[in-house]
Amino acid sequence: MHIVVCLKQVPESQNVRIDPKTNTLIRQGVASVLNPFDYFALEAALTIKDERLDTKVTAITMGPPQAKEVLMDALSRGADDAILISHRAFAGADTWATSFTLAAAIRRLEPVDLIVCGKQAIDGDTAQVGPELATILNRPYATYVKSFEFVDDSHLKITRQTDEGVAVWRLPLPALVTVLKDVGEPRPRSYRATLRARRYEIPVWGPEELGVDEDSVGLKGSYTQVVRIFSPERKKDRIMLRGSVEEMVDELYYWLKEQRVPGL
Amino acid sequence: MDYFLTEEQRLLQEIAYEVTREWIRPVRAQLDEAEEFPTRLLKILAKTDLFGVCVPEEYGGLGGGVFENCLVVEQLARGCVGVATSFAASGLGAYPILLFGSEELKKKYLPDIASGKRLAAFALTEPGAGSDVSAIRTRAVKSGDEYIITGTKQWITNGGEADVYSVFAITDPTKGPRGASCFVVEKGDPGFSFGKKEVKLGIRASATRELIFDECRIPRDRLIGREGMGFIIAMKTFDKSRPGIGALGVGLAQEALDIAAEYARKRVQFGKSIISFQAIQHKLADMATKVEAARALVYSVARYLDAEPKDASKYAAMSKIFASDVAVEVALEAVQILGGYGYMRDYPVEKLLRDAKILQIYEGTNEIQRNIIGQELNKEYGKKKETIL
Amino acid sequence: MKPLVDKELCVACGECIDACPVGAISVGDECAEISDECTLCGMCVDACQYGAISMPDVGTGADEDLSRYKGVWVFVEWRHGTVHRVSYELLTVGRKLAEKKGTDLCAVIQGHKLDGVEKDLFRYGAKTVYVVDHPSLAHFTDEIYGNVLVELVRRYRPEILLAGGTSTGRSFIPRVAAMLQTGLTADCTELDINDEGLLLQTRPAFGGNIMASILCPYRRPQIATVRPKVLRAEPLDMPVDGQVVRPDLPGACFVSRVEVLEEQVLEGPGANIAEADVVVSGGRGLQRKENFAMLEELASLLNGAVGASRGAVEAGLADPSQQVGQTGRTVAPVLYMAVGISGAVQHVVGMQGSKVIVAVNRDPEAPIFDVCHFGVVADLFEFVPAFIRKIRKERGEEV
Repeated sequence: MHIVVCLKQVPESQNVRIDPKTNTLIRQGVASVLNPFDYFALEAALTIKDERLDTKVTAITMGPPQAKEVLMDALSRGADDAILISHRAFAGADTWATSFTLAAAIRRLEPVDLIVCGKQAIDGDTAQVGPELATILNRPYATYVKSFEFVDDSHLKITRQTDEGVAVWRLPLPALVTVLKDVGEPRPRSYRATLRARRYEIPVWGPEELGVDEDSVGLKGSYTQVVRIFSPERKKDRIMLRGSVEEMVDELYYWLKEQRVPGL
Repeated sequence: MDYFLTEEQRLLQEIAYEVTREWIRPVRAQLDEAEEFPTRLLKILAKTDLFGVCVPEEYGGLGGGVFENCLVVEQLARGCVGVATSFAASGLGAYPILLFGSEELKKKYLPDIASGKRLAAFALTEPGAGSDVSAIRTRAVKSGDEYIITGTKQWITNGGEADVYSVFAITDPTKGPRGASCFVVEKGDPGFSFGKKEVKLGIRASATRELIFDECRIPRDRLIGREGMGFIIAMKTFDKSRPGIGALGVGLAQEALDIAAEYARKRVQFGKSIISFQAIQHKLADMATKVEAARALVYSVARYLDAEPKDASKYAAMSKIFASDVAVEVALEAVQILGGYGYMRDYPVEKLLRDAKILQIYEGTNEIQRNIIGQELNKEYGKKKETIL
Repeated sequence: MKPLVDKELCVACGECIDACPVGAISVGDECAEISDECTLCGMCVDACQYGAISMPDVGTGADEDLSRYKGVWVFVEWRHGTVHRVSYELLTVGRKLAEKKGTDLCAVIQGHKLDGVEKDLFRYGAKTVYVVDHPSLAHFTDEIYGNVLVELVRRYRPEILLAGGTSTGRSFIPRVAAMLQTGLTADCTELDINDEGLLLQTRPAFGGNIMASILCPYRRPQIATVRPKVLRAEPLDMPVDGQVVRPDLPGACFVSRVEVLEEQVLEGPGANIAEADVVVSGGRGLQRKENFAMLEELASLLNGAVGASRGAVEAGLADPSQQVGQTGRTVAPVLYMAVGISGAVQHVVGMQGSKVIVAVNRDPEAPIFDVCHFGVVADLFEFVPAFIRKIRKERGEEV
């Protein structure tokens, strides 16, 4: 079984801010990390590998050269191979252009039985790349997967989270899933895998290796365009209540009534 | 201070510390409060390969020695000595097999212990045989192809949780200490059961239980080494494991120092952070000096022991005494620096103090360690030709 | 490819240097220069007050006559016999967009046993309701729902397509966008028509710390999703006199490789947390599971639901279904009360869309006070019971 895990390097979201005075991005202290949800994608793939010994896990990411770090991390936790998709031409890609590029890479990695993605990335929060990638590759997919098991060698039984509950599906392979944290607690780095990762040369694929036209990737291959980036309006100034508990209770009741909170 | 570690040794430290930072620290107070065995954390540790740190590569381990084991347990002890003890006790349980077991026993048990799939334990202490190891009463009688073990072991770390036990029993009562032997007993062997779980002052995440052998029958090939080798197996095991107790002390003391220093920088009294007061600075200076001295001794001894010297016991004992004493002293000072907060359960240092105390007691009390050193000194100086006086 | 710097307009002030998150900009003698480090994020464009920096154009895709696309469509979500509230919210904003464009608002609904569903949709201004009623639409699958919507779009060519950012919409709308090879903007908080007549889609990114306005200039339809309760639903006083179209679709649309084995509606304490107008959430500060009883009492007084922080769930104080935050559920009620929750960013991203946020915490330094509207520094074990007594007293109930 060959599983491809799609990873993304993201800025630690809590540190990204726009300076309200200059309206510029404050980049001080913003570290790049593996998208937290992608740890679960990797864990899902490695869990399968724990149980099915013939499984190979390949981690891929598209990004600048330093995105190699998240692949090193994946290798250190037990992924067998890693591919960095990186080239100037890929810059500025929207979700379509990203999915298109990842699809081209996965075609080069075929046969691929299962593609695993995190439910979304914390920088864009779109949750689009998984379904778009599956659609471009003409594979069935399931999003928000909480758990899965093999019915046989070519079918998964998955449980997906819906707004009102869960749905249980039978999903034929090859397929794609986007997973939730319920698939398992991400494992730590292992000593042997980390040593191996340090000696592993991660191949870098550009448009040439992927066999794609430079005009079909990156910003040029995108259909959506960001025209403005700005700070959200600041919340109304907060009101800190003062006085005794009884006084604060009265004041809060007054304010909530004022705000027309239903039920009061 | 740089101890000139290899890339591999540094990686062991890094990975062990990651487990401390990401997994152990967030739950240590809860495990302590609930006296909960860290099953989940040991599963996490199993995925790091660290359980195999001193198991040879041919049996699925990483092929490290006493020193590598010390590097790992020191980092885990920064998180919680209860968890680190559960981890280290599995290595302790494996040592008799590793050092004296037959090829068959090694092949059968070591790979699973190295991968963390099975947890091991070391069972020597009895109600009437603590510091006086020669007083053990548990009997093993050969009967055809089996040994029949009867007796009770007390205060066994990982008791009830471990799958594989190295158990010491008397095979020949006429020979005193030379009549003891060591066996592998598995959880589930007929006649083998567990007594109550002990309630402890510290290391409350670790499980300490009584082992009860009621005509427990095991195949005769579970004998480790030969009959009568029990005492020597125990002593050789302790020579390997005691620096590890020192390393637990170093890790605990480092954590206490880190917390105390961080707190002293943040805590403001009389309009200044308290670290600006010399009374606090001197305490921290002493703590830091002791931690570094303990680490230097533990590392030097561990490296020396890996060269398989003849006089291992004396140095193993020194590293255990010194670092465990430092752990208690430094934890005590950390509580003092944190003042009222240090005494409260909301802050982690009172637990460090409770946990530290066991390091002076288990795997041979510090008094027994001093006996070992004292006896060795007497022997050494007796042999010395040159005199000064 | 890099942003374009207009040498005439650039005054080499250097403002853009600080704006660049990857440090790709330097200022030469005459104007700003952008290095190959550039990731085309667009930050510098907005930072330049002289309008000297612009982004290179996006792709146009295959040649197509865009003027053939007309109308604003809303995908109406059918959930177990009712229309999901987000659909009414979308019809309301869709109506405004259609007015601005001078075009019609249409609704498309898929499901099974949909008789009479159009009436409600006329009340929200849908001139045409496309109804696809088929047994294989009784349960949601990405493939069939996607195939049907794509077929309808290809046939009727709407200019704008809106859908709810629900577990359904967020799952299959990307498939629709990819099959149609057009742009999609997820989780918009604001939709408007710009001067060129394009759909201006504004959405948060980086956990809500940054807003981005996005266009899809060259592909149709322009597709956007909006989360429930972000926009208001306003029915018309008089329903429009609309029509129902029941398109006949080829059988191939109704084939799915996925087989639905089972669907379960969630039971459990967190079941209605995403829908409730009032959410009272507890954190580790509650200390014991039994203490959640007072939050339940408060929530039931206000017809609300009880949520929890990740810390509370991990400590076993609350059910995982109640978890609010990055790894739990996203809620946006009218009132969100965070009780004994410190306010880690992972929690905040799950509730920051709430209209009124009240924080109750003993620690005045707790970060939750940075995001709340009303802050109460108090012992929750005193405050919450007192607040319950106050509500009962105001209602004239026995206390």
